[in-house]
Amino acid sequence: MIHLAGPYLLAAVLAGLGTYGVLARRNAVLVLIGVELVLNAATLLLVAVGASAGDRWAAGNVLTLFVITIAAAEVCVALAVVLAVFRLRGDVDLSEPRS
Amino acid sequence: MTGLDLAFAAVGVVAAASGLLAVTTRHVVHAALWLVVCLGSVAGCYLVLGAELVALVQVLVYVGAVVVLVLFALMLTRAPIGPRAEISTSRLHRALAAVLGAGVTVLLASVLLPLAHPVDRHETDTTVLSRELFGTWVWPFEVLSLLLLAALVAALAVSRVGARSGDVRDGAARAEAELRTARGDAS
Repeated sequence: MIHLAGPYLLAAVLAGLGTYGVLARRNAVLVLIGVELVLNAATLLLVAVGASAGDRWAAGNVLTLFVITIAAAEVCVALAVVLAVFRLRGDVDLSEPRS
Repeated sequence: MTGLDLAFAAVGVVAAASGLLAVTTRHVVHAALWLVVCLGSVAGCYLVLGAELVALVQVLVYVGAVVVLVLFALMLTRAPIGPRAEISTSRLHRALAAVLGAGVTVLLASVLLPLAHPVDRHETDTTVLSRELFGTWVWPFEVLSLLLLAALVAALAVSRVGARSGDVRDGAARAEAELRTARGDAS
């Protein structure tokens, strides 16, 4: 027996922390860390639903694997954009728009 | 409160605390390293919830690949070593962000917690999971491989932006010049 309040609460906390990280960071790479936390909150919810009986086709676990794959693709493209921005501007500070 | 609840509480507290440190620390590299701890303990949560393959994939893909990519990006963008205040926004902005983050947490918790109930843990073993993955979910799985290929090609194309065009200001050289000036001012 496991009570689902724990996973649900942890998912809510991780989503809040990720939102804070996205909003409170100026370095573009650190903003990505916030995005990762939000994605992990989502996958934790999926796994928690998969742990309760009755999800068909193992959907909770399979969709978690899909989200992890999409997150890897997203990080790959995002870091390429960050590197291109660094090459063009000399920094990755998001709060100073430059011409 | 069963043993599984206690185990989940232990790894969950580690995950939440390291996540908090990852988004608040003033050391750029420490943020990535705290992210390792956070993602690793989320993998522990998956183990407690009976999803062994997902936990392994989490460790392999997130801790093994994504965090290494993030560390590489930090190194390639010349992340400063040591505590820096300028990687975060201003104090007012951070306070607003904290209010919004707390609001997200409260909103999600107030929606989800009434739905929570004790369940018999349903373990998805790897045999069942792989049969479903390559049976029911085989077409989404194949489309995902196409997505990965597209992301790879796109990352290559995007990262060549600055290198190809000639009229682009050489940002890296400028950053180095700024660094040299700053060092000269300091000494």
